[in-house]
Amino acid sequence: MIHFISTIFFHIGRYFTLITRAFSKPEKTIIFRKRVFEEIENLGIDSIPLVLIISLFMGAVITIQAAFGFESPWIPAYAVGMTTRDSVILEFAPTLVSLILAGKVGSSIASETGTMRVTEQIDALEIMGVNSASHLILPKIVASMFINPFLIIISMFTGIVGGYIFGVLTNVVTAPQYLYGIQYDFRIYNVTYALIKTVVFAFIISSVPAYHGYYTHGGALEVGKSSTTAVVYSSLLILLFNFILTQLLLA
Amino acid sequence: MIEVKNISKSYSGKLVMNDFSFVAEQGKTTLIIGGSGHGKTVLMRSIVGLEEVDSGAIFYDGRNFSEMNIKQRKSIRKEIGMLFQGSALFDSQTVEENVMFPLSMFTDMSLEEKRERVNFCLKRVNLENKNNQYPSQISGGQKKRVGIARAISMNPKYLFCDEPNSGLDPLTSHVIDELIKEITQEYGITTIVNTHDMNSVMEIGDKVIFIYQGQKWWEGSSKTILQADNKEVREFVGLAKVLMEMRKQSS
Repeated sequence: MIHFISTIFFHIGRYFTLITRAFSKPEKTIIFRKRVFEEIENLGIDSIPLVLIISLFMGAVITIQAAFGFESPWIPAYAVGMTTRDSVILEFAPTLVSLILAGKVGSSIASETGTMRVTEQIDALEIMGVNSASHLILPKIVASMFINPFLIIISMFTGIVGGYIFGVLTNVVTAPQYLYGIQYDFRIYNVTYALIKTVVFAFIISSVPAYHGYYTHGGALEVGKSSTTAVVYSSLLILLFNFILTQLLLA
Repeated sequence: MIEVKNISKSYSGKLVMNDFSFVAEQGKTTLIIGGSGHGKTVLMRSIVGLEEVDSGAIFYDGRNFSEMNIKQRKSIRKEIGMLFQGSALFDSQTVEENVMFPLSMFTDMSLEEKRERVNFCLKRVNLENKNNQYPSQISGGQKKRVGIARAISMNPKYLFCDEPNSGLDPLTSHVIDELIKEITQEYGITTIVNTHDMNSVMEIGDKVIFIYQGQKWWEGSSKTILQADNKEVREFVGLAKVLMEMRKQSS
């Protein structure tokens, strides 16, 4: 037990030391900016098709489930649209999509950084006098925190559109009822809350896998293990911070 | 000149390097030889600061590297070029971008000037017309040459080569050895090479240091090593002796 606790504190300490190093001033602004744009493309733009597919079906399923649960004369039909909107905005788009991105982007970051470690590319950077943490990790964090809110907005929109298309196609709700529902009692704060969560999740998705990759030792097997560990810990932290932020921002 | 004074290093209480001292002179190649697992790589990583030593000091032309802070070390590292065992080229960058990387990071040269310098370095290592190829598209020997080109791009005062011949055929090994020797003499660099290749010892070793179980076991030159009366050194060079005699007989 003592060993377990000391290991947790060891990792927390080492994680924050690495993040502090990563947040030091970049060597050259022009190279940093170029790296940020590359990462925006790698981590964000390349994830758009996945986000679109997931969100479309997520919205469809929520709409059908809501319609199935609301088979009561006391509940107005437009509640289906309202439920889809709130479920997608409050929880499914920011949390579910972030969890999926933790798998896709997180494993990519951990394996890329881990491979650079075991093939001595990180040592090569250090020998040149480059702050490897800042050069490799900071652009990923900045890119994720910048692009993920856009991905989540796309996800929200696609989810609601998916609910409309599949809801109308399967006759569980009419188009006017759904459209009225998604506009009824709309609170902009819900979107703000979702975007705040997204930014925090984006930091977790980029920094935790980078930490696991950066401290990989060994070979290909260890890179694979780091990648898996990174996805598991990122997902757990997303769930933990989802609870904390919901309590702080909505309660 | 690099002066290593009484450095010791241990991992988890196990001493892997004990009271190691030597001097590497400018314009000459100092070879660290020894079997696998005897501490050659730890020694080299300690000298360049990738590992912190427990005791002792390392001087770069009289400047105490061990007592320097991160910023001061950074300035020394800009004077260091290093060729890694696996070349450590950046996978995502072309040959040209790899060699250009330190120039982009630490100089204000224009793109044209950087290209000129890159082409000069690549020509120096006899590797032309490979500028736009990625490391995965070139052979092991060519990767080593790109590694050398990158190491010399900033006109280093100190050159470190960790197992430059590992994984190479004898002919390519010879080419790499010759290149290291020529560059060292041509630019007056202080070069330290880790190797277990006796051909390299005979070809480029101005000074030879034999490391055994983390200790300096023997020091001499390529001319005196074949007559060494030390048991471990005799065993290590024994096979090479046989090969050389066979070579003499066949010629």
